[in-house]
Amino acid sequence: MKAWLPALLRLALVVLLIAFLTNPGLFEPLLKPLTENNAPVIYNQGSLLTLTLLHLRIVLIATVAATIVAVALAILVTRPAGAEFLPLSRSLVNIGQTFPPVAVLALAVPAVGFGEKPTLIALFLYGLLPIFENALTGLTTLPANVMEAARGAGMTGWQRLVKVELPLSAPIILGGIRLSVVIGLATATIGSTVAAKTLGEVIIAGLLSNNLAFILQGGLIVAALAVLIYDGLSAVERYTARRMGREAG
Amino acid sequence: MIEIEGITKRYDATTVVDDVSMVIEPRTIAVIVGTSGSGKTTLLRMINRLVEPTAGVVKLDGADNRSLPGYELRRSIGYAIQGHGLFPHRTVAQNIATVPVLLGWDKARIKARVDELMTLYQLDPEAFGPRYPHELSGGQQQRVGVARALAAEPNVLLMDEPFGALDPIIRTKAQEDLLAIQKRFGTTIILVTHDMEEAVHMGDKIAVMDAGKLVQYAKPAEILARPASAFVETLVGASERPFRLLSLGRVRDAVEKGTADGEAIPGDASQRDALAELLWSGRPALPVKGADGKPLGRVTLDGLVKRSARPA
Repeated sequence: MKAWLPALLRLALVVLLIAFLTNPGLFEPLLKPLTENNAPVIYNQGSLLTLTLLHLRIVLIATVAATIVAVALAILVTRPAGAEFLPLSRSLVNIGQTFPPVAVLALAVPAVGFGEKPTLIALFLYGLLPIFENALTGLTTLPANVMEAARGAGMTGWQRLVKVELPLSAPIILGGIRLSVVIGLATATIGSTVAAKTLGEVIIAGLLSNNLAFILQGGLIVAALAVLIYDGLSAVERYTARRMGREAG
Repeated sequence: MIEIEGITKRYDATTVVDDVSMVIEPRTIAVIVGTSGSGKTTLLRMINRLVEPTAGVVKLDGADNRSLPGYELRRSIGYAIQGHGLFPHRTVAQNIATVPVLLGWDKARIKARVDELMTLYQLDPEAFGPRYPHELSGGQQQRVGVARALAAEPNVLLMDEPFGALDPIIRTKAQEDLLAIQKRFGTTIILVTHDMEEAVHMGDKIAVMDAGKLVQYAKPAEILARPASAFVETLVGASERPFRLLSLGRVRDAVEKGTADGEAIPGDASQRDALAELLWSGRPALPVKGADGKPLGRVTLDGLVKRSARPA
């Protein structure tokens, strides 16, 4: 019974989320008690489904960009030629992380204007560090005798990277991507303060009009997305780690 | 033929390998023995240029090993290491196919070679080919490691303590397998070990390294009989010497005329095994039989004792 319970819970959450996004009217009676003065119960200034998809898109674009840059950086500084840039790239990525997202947004608006762009910049900078750190850990803790065998078999530097180093560090890099996605999902809501179309819009609308139902539905959708995506990526990570013959921690 | 000429490796002020010269005849096994830190692994790694020498030349069949880019050179030389170093994310078949794939062999040829090697190593290609290394036992992993090193039919095989991580029973089996395969393919093998027992058993010639220097390079019997220095003598082990000397000879070479009672010992067994059997069973002589089961004569305790004495 224990084995299928988590799977069942996840499935229920997926069904609930899809039902709510495609047919929010069904849930109106449930949220009704949270509103006052006949205020609208379900967010009415745009489709929740569209906002969710836009929210996911912005996180996806930022994470893909952050992954490419962070992994490329990690590869670069773990090559003999790039080793001296290791401290520099570490501190650069750290700066990205110490900047509060709101500050990045505020600073980016005058530079690139309102809308999605400043949010993308903030999410991108925020996503870099976890992926970079994990990629670095993965690429520097490869089993020594496997690397020796790869060199001894006559693989070139590039072949070792593509055929051995990256596949072997994949589970660890995936762990970094997972962290970065979850941070991104949460941070993207703030993007609505600079007019990015995300689920933050629902929450902000609720805050402005003192509508508890709005706040709750925005917050719950983001939370459900985060839980499901985190779970899904963990499963992929465990699968790849098992394929490598090591158990994920 | 491998000619090593005045090869030296220095890291800053420390000299790890100091002006070593030796020639390894084709289709033979040369074993490099030494304590840890003696430079034996570095010497081995300079042959396939995993380490670039500070001075000196290594010639393979007359050609300087620097005439090819390092990675191309390494594809033509088998390399097996302690703890096998199998790629954990690739199946057994993919692991064995590593070098042939790098060389761009076609699929049918790769599959035929992988199947051949797996069968040779008593691993059913159907059952074991699609498995991952972590699903195999230690002995099986080691066999796959050697099969991978042999996949591209190299003339030269370098082995760095390949049996170091195996338990004694599997190790003996792995050594026998390697000797059989060496005979079959005629591969020139250079094997690094710290185990003199293994060196005497496997080597056509033994090179003893100490503090970066090649102290003695000779046939096992010569090393046992006339150690070049006190260090070699310690390595050989004074109390083991007579038994190691006996282990080099076959029973058929110690056969005397006459008969003896009891169970016969095969002529291919080592003289050391015969001595052990004599001592254990408390008999003065054992009958010897040939491979076809015919009696060849007998081997006596006295005869073996004489053979185990220091050669003149």
